[in-house]
Amino acid sequence: MEHLELFNLLRETFGEDAVIEHVVSGDEAKGFRDPYIVLKPESLVNVCRFLKDDERCQFKMLHCISGVEWPEHFESVYHLFSISLKQRAILKVRTSKENPSVPSVTSIWPAADWHERETFDLMGIVYEGHPDLKRILLPDEWEGHPLRKDYVMPTHERLREIGL
Amino acid sequence: MPMTPAQPKPLQGEPMVIYMGPQHPSTHGVLQVELHTDGEIVNRAIPRIGFLHRCKEKIGESIPYDQYVPYTDRMDYLAAMNTNWVWASAVEKLADIESPERAEYIRVFVAELNRIASHLVAIATYGLDLGAWTPLLHCFREREMALDMLEDLSGGRLCFGYVRIGGVANDMTPRAIEMTRAYIKQLRPKLDSLNELLTFNHIFVRRTADLAVVSADEAIAHGLTGPMLRASGVDWDLRRDEAYSIYPKLEFDVPIGTGIKGQVGDNWDRYWVRMQEMYESIRILEQVIDGMPEGEFRAKVPAVLRPPKAEVYVRQDCPRGEVAFYLISDGSKQPYRMKVRGPSFCNLCILETLTKDMLIADLVSTMGSFDLVMGEVDR
Repeated sequence: MEHLELFNLLRETFGEDAVIEHVVSGDEAKGFRDPYIVLKPESLVNVCRFLKDDERCQFKMLHCISGVEWPEHFESVYHLFSISLKQRAILKVRTSKENPSVPSVTSIWPAADWHERETFDLMGIVYEGHPDLKRILLPDEWEGHPLRKDYVMPTHERLREIGL
Repeated sequence: MPMTPAQPKPLQGEPMVIYMGPQHPSTHGVLQVELHTDGEIVNRAIPRIGFLHRCKEKIGESIPYDQYVPYTDRMDYLAAMNTNWVWASAVEKLADIESPERAEYIRVFVAELNRIASHLVAIATYGLDLGAWTPLLHCFREREMALDMLEDLSGGRLCFGYVRIGGVANDMTPRAIEMTRAYIKQLRPKLDSLNELLTFNHIFVRRTADLAVVSADEAIAHGLTGPMLRASGVDWDLRRDEAYSIYPKLEFDVPIGTGIKGQVGDNWDRYWVRMQEMYESIRILEQVIDGMPEGEFRAKVPAVLRPPKAEVYVRQDCPRGEVAFYLISDGSKQPYRMKVRGPSFCNLCILETLTKDMLIADLVSTMGSFDLVMGEVDR
């Protein structure tokens, strides 16, 4: 299934409120670049379950979850692949800068567990409903989230104070 | 002959927490596993990672695209060529650069040679984990010879920085081709004798078969890729199924786990898939050497690369699984956001569910079959 077809299928099933837009990044004339579908955070889990179980989708593999910081919002990006149908889907949900929080998809794909922990650790997006959301790459005492654009590396004195 | 491993009886002792690593030889690097044990039985094994974390994504967002190539070497340092190549093709897709055909042939050549070198280490260290010293010496001799060719091309033996954006750093040398011809001619019998020495060795089979079985559905749901996915019987290889570069022109098979010595998806199958992949890599190398066209080895790339505003997600099949780069460009000379998907990181997340109620010795056998490289788990 083409990515745009998939978008139309999701719109039919979940409505315009849940499935916000279909974006083709970059200049389409200059060759294919990855398109993506923007979802409302509240409907993420339902859409993901549909994408995994529906006959036409069969996105059984969650390949990667990435956090992206934009000037106005944070994004959580999901790269899904279907091995049986050889197709891909890219989903995005946007969340606020003040209180970044996205529902967890660990109940759908166990693979999400470590990806969500990594995104929480480095980008500071909270995944609601994750069974054990804690830092994974950095020490538990670490302050801040390094991949944010406004992050300042702590001084050696500060690191010594917090016991690192 | 089907074999059932001895079922450990639970002891009524006191539970004990043991930290295995980060200096333990069988964790293959700085991996720490928190073991909750009851006697010899592991009730829970929790991997603790991050000892080698360098925040490569932050580094990537602060330097130009072409300067990031050496950093990709140091992710999966046993298969640096492959990771180099994924980075180069991600940037090429983002910036609309097409590398010449000769460069693609050279890339496949170095990638497959590096795959052999990497799998040889995987097999050698797996044998070592289970107490087999001799295969290590055999495998490392073969690996050193594979690295000779890569050194001839790039000057390095571990971190190459050879596959660049738009092509490769240096042209292929006739000497490297001659060396490779001689090398792959003698490699097949060497692998055959390695099979006799280790693969079908009774002790080795008893230590690995029927252990830590991953079903196909479980493997896909946990996001396993590469040999770990194929060992579970999933017939999936990006080289064939996404057909990037010149792979559609080449003839090769995709080995999958069939459960010859036990069940499909056990430790022995993961080992066996790697072993068979080396034979396939030899086949690919033969075709690449014979079919290498003349021409440019590098496309013209602007000195300062400013890709248009766009985002790409590019993945390729590397020895440990699918490495992917997620790149977002905002039109400046550095990526706005870059994300690395390390296959070892994703493969490791199944360890906890897989090793429940296992003997400690079997845990070592299971971890060895994962073929982890911590540089890429921690990034």
